[in-house]
Amino acid sequence: MMTFIWVSLLIVILSMLGVLYRIFRGPSTPDRLIALDVIGVMFISATALVSILFHTAFFFEVILLLAVLSFIGTVSFSKFIEKGEIIERDRNR
Amino acid sequence: MTVIANTLIVFTILTGLIFTVVTVIGVLRFPDVYTRAHAASKSATLGVIGILLGTFFHFWLNEGLFSIKLLLGILFLFITAPIGGHLLSRAAYLSGVKPTKHTVGDDLAEVVKQSKRD
Repeated sequence: MMTFIWVSLLIVILSMLGVLYRIFRGPSTPDRLIALDVIGVMFISATALVSILFHTAFFFEVILLLAVLSFIGTVSFSKFIEKGEIIERDRNR
Repeated sequence: MTVIANTLIVFTILTGLIFTVVTVIGVLRFPDVYTRAHAASKSATLGVIGILLGTFFHFWLNEGLFSIKLLLGILFLFITAPIGGHLLSRAAYLSGVKPTKHTVGDDLAEVVKQSKRD
């Protein structure tokens, strides 16, 4: 059982390294952002596997926090690419 | 009992691993941004949901801990990951990234042109 978890953690880390190639080589900026989003999602699964390996339940907050931070980073970067600014100015003032 | 639990855990984690590897192959081999976003948003979401379900079953059946936080994480990822993919591909289209030569139709171009004229 533990051997299976170790092997799956190794596979997840190798796939993170594979996605890193797209960050280096991506022709445009949204390619790199998609690869970064995928790396954030894979980091969550690596944290879950590590929490199985260490027999601890204290990493679940880390999982929730990584999910929230990855989503906020993706939304703000895509808004920056689309409009050129992240927080717009108030026009009624 | 523990054999059944371990079978369930190995099955869910294996499903997540297969979809994670499929994500990497799609992101590395697809030709343009939109197909890569398609591969990334769908199969990466299913892969991480499989691995988190395996973790949830392991802590529930083997260690006796029913974790609400993992279920909340699964729900949050299931809601937000497709929204992230949609926002990224929309930003890519509006910033002028061209699709591949094999694309047959582009229905969004007329709408964008119309809204720029107004």
